This record gives sequence, C-alpha cells and structure tokens, in this order.
Amino acid sequence: MLQQTKSKKGTFLALILTAALLVLTIVLENTLDPNTNIMLFTTLKKGAVYALVAVSMNLLNGFTGLFSLGQAGFMLLGAYTYAILTIPVADRASVYYIYNGSAVNFSLPDLFGGADTVPGLILGVLIALILAGCVAAAVAWLIGLPVLRLKSDYLAIATLGFGEIVRAIFQWDALGPVTNGANALKNFPTFSSFNITNESGQVVLRLSTFVAFLIAAVCIAIIVMLINSSYGRAFKAIREDEIAAEAMGINLAKHKRLSFCISSFFAGVGGAMFAMFANQAQAKTFTTAMTYEILLIVVIGGIGSVSGSCIASFLYVAASEWWLRFLDAETTIGTFKVPFLRNGFRMVVFSIIIMIVVLFFRRGLMGDKELFDLFRARRKKKEAAK
Amino acid sequence: MLKIDDLRVNYGGIEAVKGISFEVPEGEIVTLIGANGAGKSTTLRTIAGLVKPASGRIHLQAEDITGLSPDRIVSKGITLVPEGRHVFPDLTVLENLKIGAYLRTDSLEDDLKWIYDLFPRLKERSWQAAGTLSGGEQQMLAVGRALMSRPKLMMMDEPSLGLAPLVVKGIFDIIKEVNRQGVTILLIEQNANMALHTANTAYVLETGRLTMRGTGRELLANEDVKKAYLG
Repeated sequence: MLQQTKSKKGTFLALILTAALLVLTIVLENTLDPNTNIMLFTTLKKGAVYALVAVSMNLLNGFTGLFSLGQAGFMLLGAYTYAILTIPVADRASVYYIYNGSAVNFSLPDLFGGADTVPGLILGVLIALILAGCVAAAVAWLIGLPVLRLKSDYLAIATLGFGEIVRAIFQWDALGPVTNGANALKNFPTFSSFNITNESGQVVLRLSTFVAFLIAAVCIAIIVMLINSSYGRAFKAIREDEIAAEAMGINLAKHKRLSFCISSFFAGVGGAMFAMFANQAQAKTFTTAMTYEILLIVVIGGIGSVSGSCIASFLYVAASEWWLRFLDAETTIGTFKVPFLRNGFRMVVFSIIIMIVVLFFRRGLMGDKELFDLFRARRKKKEAAK
Repeated sequence: MLKIDDLRVNYGGIEAVKGISFEVPEGEIVTLIGANGAGKSTTLRTIAGLVKPASGRIHLQAEDITGLSPDRIVSKGITLVPEGRHVFPDLTVLENLKIGAYLRTDSLEDDLKWIYDLFPRLKERSWQAAGTLSGGEQQMLAVGRALMSRPKLMMMDEPSLGLAPLVVKGIFDIIKEVNRQGVTILLIEQNANMALHTANTAYVLETGRLTMRGTGRELLANEDVKKAYLG
C-alpha cells in the first residue's frame, strides 16, 4: 500500500546508488594513476571484502541475535576452498613444492579453458566462489548442531574456539598436500586477473576494483533481500523474543541454523575474496583479531544496519590502512622532531578514535536504521511540521 | 474441540500438573482459574507444544497432537497469547502482525483488515515500534498477532496482567467479540471475577489438580470460590 510504494522507491534508490558506485569504481581506476593511488584502491578492495563479511556477521549477530565469533574461521574455509580449486594445474608443482605437488590435480578455470581465457576466468572464479561459500555453510551446519543450543556468551566462546581449531587444522603438516601446510597458497586468479590487457600485455581497462565491488554488491543485495523476506522477519522475531517467536510457530532450531549457515556462506565467499585481494591464502592471516576487526565494524556501523556495516567497513579500512599512515613515519618539521610519531603510533591513535566513536555513538553510526530510513525520517518530520 | 486426558507435566523438577482432564467445546469460552503456581500456565504451554508432557493425551478434533512441535501445533490451528504479552519491541506493529501469520502462505490483506477493524488503535500505530505502545495496546497487539494465524482455538495466558481495570474490560469485550466471530477461546486468569463473567465453562485448578467445574455463573455463586478467588 502506501508504505509498499515507499519501500519500492527505497529499493530503486539503492539500486541506482549501487550502479553509480560500480561505474565510479571503473572511472576512478582508469583515470587515476594506480601507482600513486595504491592506498586508495587497496582500501576500496579491502573495504568491499570487509563490507560483505561485516554484513554477513550482522545477519547473524544483528538480525538473528546470535552472538557468534567464528567469522574468521569461515573466511579461512572459503579462502582455502577457493585457492585449492583455482590454482592452475601447471603451477601446482611450484606452489606445493614442499609436498612434491598437490593432492588435488584439477583446477576449475582450467576446466573451462584456463584462467587466461574469458570463460575460464569468469566461470572458474564464479563456481569457486560459490563452492567456497558452500563449504563454509556445510561446516557451519555441522558445528551448528551442537553449538547453536548455546546462548549469548557461550555461543561466542564456542564459535571462537571453532575458528582457532580450523586455523590449527589447516596448518597441520599431514594435510600439506591439500592445504600446503603453513605455507601460503598462491598463483590463483585474483582481482587483478580481471584487468583487460592487450596483446603486448599492457593493461587497457582496469576492472580489479570493479570486480571486488560487483561480487560484494551482489552478495549484500541477496542478504538484504533475505532480511526483507518473511525469513528475515522470523530472524528478527527470534532476536527480539524467543518465547513469543516459538509461540507464533517459528521453529527456533531450524531458523537459527538457517541464519548461521547463510551467514557462514557469505563469510566463506568473503574469505575467498580476501584471498583474491591479498593474492595469497594463508591460514595464519585468519586470526581471531580479524574476527574482532569485523565485529568492530559491525558495532561501529550499528548492529542491525546493513548500510551501517558497509559505511563503517570503508571508514575502518581507510583509517587503519591509509589515513593514519603518516603517524607511523618519524617526521621532522625544520629542525623540530614531532614527538610520538614512530612505527606503531598509528594503532594507538586508531584505538582512541574507536573509543571516542563508541562513546558518542552508543548504537553505532546508523543505529539499526538504514541509509534510506534517514531520508524518510527527515521527510516525515517535515510533513509533521506542516 | 480440544480434549485433554489425564495430562501430567513435570516442570522445573516438580510435577506442576498432576493428571488433569477437561474439554473445550467448539465456539465456547472456557476458563481455568487458580492461584499462582497452580499449573495454569504450564497447562497452556503444554498444549502449545512449548513444554512436553510426562503423560496424558491432547486431542484437537479427534487428532492426537500430544508432543508435537510448537510450529506444527500452530499450523493445526492453536495459538497462544503468552503471559506478559511478549510483543517484539523493536519491530513495527505491522511486522508483529505479519510474524503472527508466519506459517501461512496465502494473502494477508483480508486478515490485516479484520485485525485493524477489531483494533482501530493498531491501525493508527501500524508503523510504530511495538515497544513504544502502552500496556493495553501491547495486549491488543498480542491478541491481534495471535489471530493472524487464523486459529480455531486461541489460548490466552493472563490477558489482564498489569492492566488498568478499564483497559481490562476493553480486552474482555474484545475476547467476547472474537469468540462471537467463531474463535474458540481457552483463557486462564487470576482475575477470576472478570474471567467467570466472560466464560461459558470454568474450571478451578489447585496445585496441579482440577477441583471444581461449572458454568461461569455457577462458580461465581459458589461459596468456596468466592472465598478463595473473589475476595
């Protein structure tokens, strides 16, 4: 009815905004010099990856009310699945040189003509990304059976433990022929593989940032559609009041498992994207600290706000990787040596900024509102003023 | 319509319901009255599937529904308005109502209209967060939400709890109206006066056992009931 047309308008606006962002990434990447603006594009790519993982965590923590800290573990599963499935067969001997080659002797892009061809690259990467999500979701289903009986802090501790166990298992020497032990997996298609080159190998059209944004945008759009569906309503009902939700005929166990698996699926895809971003997959990068980074983004953006998670993700990555870099460099102005500025000082300032943000925005930048709710609220106020 | 046979329920380590049997005939309002801890809420929660019985059988229109999961029971046509209302505070009134119809896949337009006709106040506030409603409005929402599942039997746990007398009267008027429109009602109350005036049939529950049965009027006139529950 009235509100339906309004929410349709919101969807329409969101679509236009996303399309504009995607076009903007192509324009930026092809007009700015990638060598001098390397931090900008690093931030954009990592921000897109983190935005997806943060939204997936928000689906579970913010919308379903399940406090889970297993995100890095599921990212790791996704990253390794992606890497193992896409390293070209020809490169496997050199990547797995310690273990005398890989136990997995096929590669998805090779099945479609190799990562150098357009169908090989697109189909191979796409299928590998989906499988990365599926592996993470399947593992989530398994550990969800015992773990989802727990509530709040206990669930957080159990999932945190899961992340640590996964990391240890993937570094285990006995699994070396598959996981390459503690060594990095590399040579698989990355975001940069999507840059279009001419015959002499020069880049004619850069698409690496665009691809990162596109994958993240599609995944986030799917999550948003889920949240706005009747399943999303059931998740929110469970978050608000489990007793009432159960009395309304919502099967608690089933819906919690569903939310956990879907969240893990997209964390897995996010992990695969992280591997594409970092050009390598290594278990030791998917630490608990990474989960906390994501949690921080979710909290800063606003628990229960998808657009909040996205905005916070870019701000967080930009602040931690880029804007505060100057604090790490020893600086002298004339003969005056600026005090405190030395390697590591960046993180001190960064932590203080986060504390201030949390103090002044108790419910995060966006609360549980979305970007378009803000415009709507303002319009309503105007109407009320009339 | 609903038939309970020798129902026994253990709850929190004690036998809260010690073998009760009663019937809720179609189209009637039946009430269970009793003091705190008599086992009233446990009885309702067991019928709704939230608690599993130790023994005994529950039949809905000749179908055995003992021990089914809550979602199955809701889909069979029994709904529970929980004690203390339990609306979803951060969701809007409309979202609350839609969750009530969660198991249905057909169109909700007619039912929303029906609920809004019953509770014009909810229509005015349909975009407001449920947590910002007054106690009486929240109780209306809890009833409306339960009705959205199109129940044959609506069970209500202490609908008068914490509400002002005038609001309580409004709630009971609505209960009667809903009943007139064909919904069978099983009501438990500490506010025995109001419940007995509304009910066709009433039972007294004392420490897990049914001790008295009669029409609402009969129990209102009964000396023991007067002494124990009407003050």
